[in-house]
Amino acid sequence: MSAILAHPATVTPEMEKTRRALIDESTRLPVILFYGSAVFWLLIGSLLALLASFKLNEPTLLNQWGWLTFGRVRPAHLNAVVYGWASAAGIGTSLWLMARLCRTPLRHSKLLIGAAIFWNIGVLLGILGILSGDGRSIEWLEFPNYASFMLFVAFGLIAVWAILMFRFREPGHIYVSQWYLLAAFLWFPWLYSTANILLNFQPIQGGGQGAVNWWYGHNTLGLWFTPIGLATAYYLIPKVLGRPIHSYYLSILGFWSLALFYSWNGMHHLIGGPFPAWLISASVVASVMMFIPVITTAINHHMTVRGNFQALKWSPTLRFTVFGAMCYTLASLQGISMAIPSLNVVTHFTHYTVGHAHLGLYAFFTMIMFGAMYYILPRVVGWEWPSARLIRWHFWLVAIGIGMMVVVLTLGGLLQGLALLDPDITFMASLDYTKPWLFLRSISGLLLTAGHIVFAVSFTLLLLKAGATRSEPTLFATDQDRQPEPLNA
Amino acid sequence: MNRMPVIVIGVFLTFLSSWLGLVAYPYFNLARYTPVVDENTGDINPPPLSGLAERGQQVYASAGCIYCHSQQVRQIGYGSDLARGWGSRPTVARDYMRESPVFLGTMRTGPDLTNIGARQPSAMWHHQHLYQPAVVSPGSIMPSYRYLYETRKIEGQRSAEAIDLLPPDNTPEGYEIVPTYEAEALVAYLVSLNRNYPLPEAPEPPQ
Repeated sequence: MSAILAHPATVTPEMEKTRRALIDESTRLPVILFYGSAVFWLLIGSLLALLASFKLNEPTLLNQWGWLTFGRVRPAHLNAVVYGWASAAGIGTSLWLMARLCRTPLRHSKLLIGAAIFWNIGVLLGILGILSGDGRSIEWLEFPNYASFMLFVAFGLIAVWAILMFRFREPGHIYVSQWYLLAAFLWFPWLYSTANILLNFQPIQGGGQGAVNWWYGHNTLGLWFTPIGLATAYYLIPKVLGRPIHSYYLSILGFWSLALFYSWNGMHHLIGGPFPAWLISASVVASVMMFIPVITTAINHHMTVRGNFQALKWSPTLRFTVFGAMCYTLASLQGISMAIPSLNVVTHFTHYTVGHAHLGLYAFFTMIMFGAMYYILPRVVGWEWPSARLIRWHFWLVAIGIGMMVVVLTLGGLLQGLALLDPDITFMASLDYTKPWLFLRSISGLLLTAGHIVFAVSFTLLLLKAGATRSEPTLFATDQDRQPEPLNA
Repeated sequence: MNRMPVIVIGVFLTFLSSWLGLVAYPYFNLARYTPVVDENTGDINPPPLSGLAERGQQVYASAGCIYCHSQQVRQIGYGSDLARGWGSRPTVARDYMRESPVFLGTMRTGPDLTNIGARQPSAMWHHQHLYQPAVVSPGSIMPSYRYLYETRKIEGQRSAEAIDLLPPDNTPEGYEIVPTYEAEALVAYLVSLNRNYPLPEAPEPPQ
C-alpha cells in the first residue's frame, strides 16, 4: 500500500518531485474554478441557512415576500450546499487526486472548464428557481428541470474526462482512493439521471415516487459524497504522515461492503410508511450491515494515524481530515441506530434527523474538503496559505459550531420525538419542546458562518498571493517537533 | 485490486442490485395503480382532484409545505399517528396514485396533513390560518402566507371572497384581504385532503 510513494528505481526523488509539480500545475485552472465557486456557494448556502433558522425562531421575519418564505429558503440552502458547495468541492478534489494518482498531467482541461461553467449556471438557475417558486418539493431534487439538466450536462463532461484520464494513466497499481473515485463517478450520473427522469421529467405515480426519492437521497450521501470523502482521507492521511495505510485487505473489505450495502439503505427513511414491508426490511438490514464498512474503515484510518496524533497539532490538513474521518464513523453509527425501527419511531419526523444530516454532510464531508483544500491549493497555486491564525480561527469556529449544532438538534429532536410518540401530549407541546433548541441552533449557525467568512478571506488572500513569500508550508504549531511538509510532497 | 474491469463490473453490479430492488420494483409494483369503485356507494377511490385542487398541489410544492408537514399515516405500531386522530387507517401506496410530486414528508414541525380536509373542512378557516397562523393557532411557528393574498381597497361593497380576519386585524381602514388564485387553489387542495375512504387493501383498524 505504499505504492503512492513508490516509483521505479530509475526515477530519482528529484525527478519525481518535478513531475508532481507539473501534474499539480496542470490541474490549476479547473481546480481553482471548482474550489472558488464552491466557496462562493458555501457563503450563499450559509446565509440561506441562517435565514431559514432565524425564521423558525421568529416566523414573522421577512414573511411579506414569497421568495423568502421558509419553505423555499430551506431547500435553497440545502441545494446550495449540496450541489454548489459540497459537490463542487468534491469534484475539484477528485480532479486533483485523479491526476496525482493516475500519475499523468491533467488532459483535456477544456472539458472540465466547460463542466464548471455549466455546473455553476445550473446551481444558480436552480437556487433562483426554488426561491421564485419553481422548486419541486422533492427532497434533494428540488431543482426545476432547466437547472438539473445543466448539472447533468456538466456531469456528463466530467465523466467523459474521467474515463479519458483512466485510459491514459500510468500502468501499475490502482490505489484505494481511485477505486472510490471511479465508483463515485460511475454511480452519480446513473443515480442523478434515473431519479430525475422518474420524478421530474416523466414522473411515475406518487406511490412509487417515495421509494425512488429516498433511493436517490440516501445514495447521494452514500455513493457520491462518502466515496469522495473516503478517497480523500485515504490519500491525505498517509500522505501527510508519510506512512502507508495500515491494511490493504481492510481497504478492500471496506470498499466492497460499502458498495453492496450502502446502495440498499434508502428505504429506512420511509419506515412505517405506505410501502411493502420487505422493501423497508431490506433497507433496515442493509443499514445494519453498514457496520462492516464503517468499522473496517475506522480501524484502518485509526491504525494509520496511531502513534502520530501529535501531528494534529501542526498540520491543518491532517486536523481537518482526521476530524472528518472520525465524524464519518460517528455519523454512520448514528445512522445505523436510526434505521432500527424501535429507535426510528422516536427520531423520525424530528430535528434529530437534521442533526444527523449535518453530522454526515458537514462534520464528515465538509471538514475533509476543508482539509483537502488546505493541502491542494498551495500546490496548485504555488503559494502558501497567508496566515496560520486565520486557519486556526476557521478550525475552531467550525468545529465548535458543528459540534454545538449536532448536540442541540439531537437533544431537541429527542424531546420532540418522545413528545410526538405520546398521544396524551398535545402536538403544540411537541413543538414547544423544540423552540429553545432551535434558538441555540441559530447560534451554532452563526459560528459556522463566521468560520466560513474567515475561510473565504483566507482563500481569497491565497489566490491573490498575499502575505510574505514562504518556503515552508503554513502550519499551526511553533513547537520544535513539527515535521517539514515539503510543497511537492 | 489492479484490474480496472473487475472494479468497474463490481461497481456496476452492486449498484444494479439496488436499482432493481428500490427503483425497478416500485416502478412496476407501486406506480401502476388504478382507482377502486366502492360497491356500496359507487364512489371512486381515491377520488379525482378538481382542476383547482390540482393547481393547489403545485402551490403546495412551490411553497415548500413538505419541509414541516408530512402526509402519511403510519402503520400500527409506528408512532401515535392514529391515536392523534390524523386518520382512520394507515395510508397505502394507492392513496398517492394521483399525487405528483408525492408529499410524504420527513418532518413534523407542523401536524400531519393526510386528512386535514376532514379535520378542517372550512375554506375560510384555512384562509385565516394561512394569513395569520399564530392567531388561529397560538404557539404556531408557521410563517404567514401573506404573499398569496392581496390587500385591496374596498370599492362600494366588500367583496365576497374577502377573508374575515380575527383580531388583531391590522388591515388599514377601507381595505380588505382577498385571496389570489393561488391561495384559492392551495385551499381547495387542502380541503380535498381526506383519505378516510375505504380501500380493499387498507382495512380500518379495530377501535
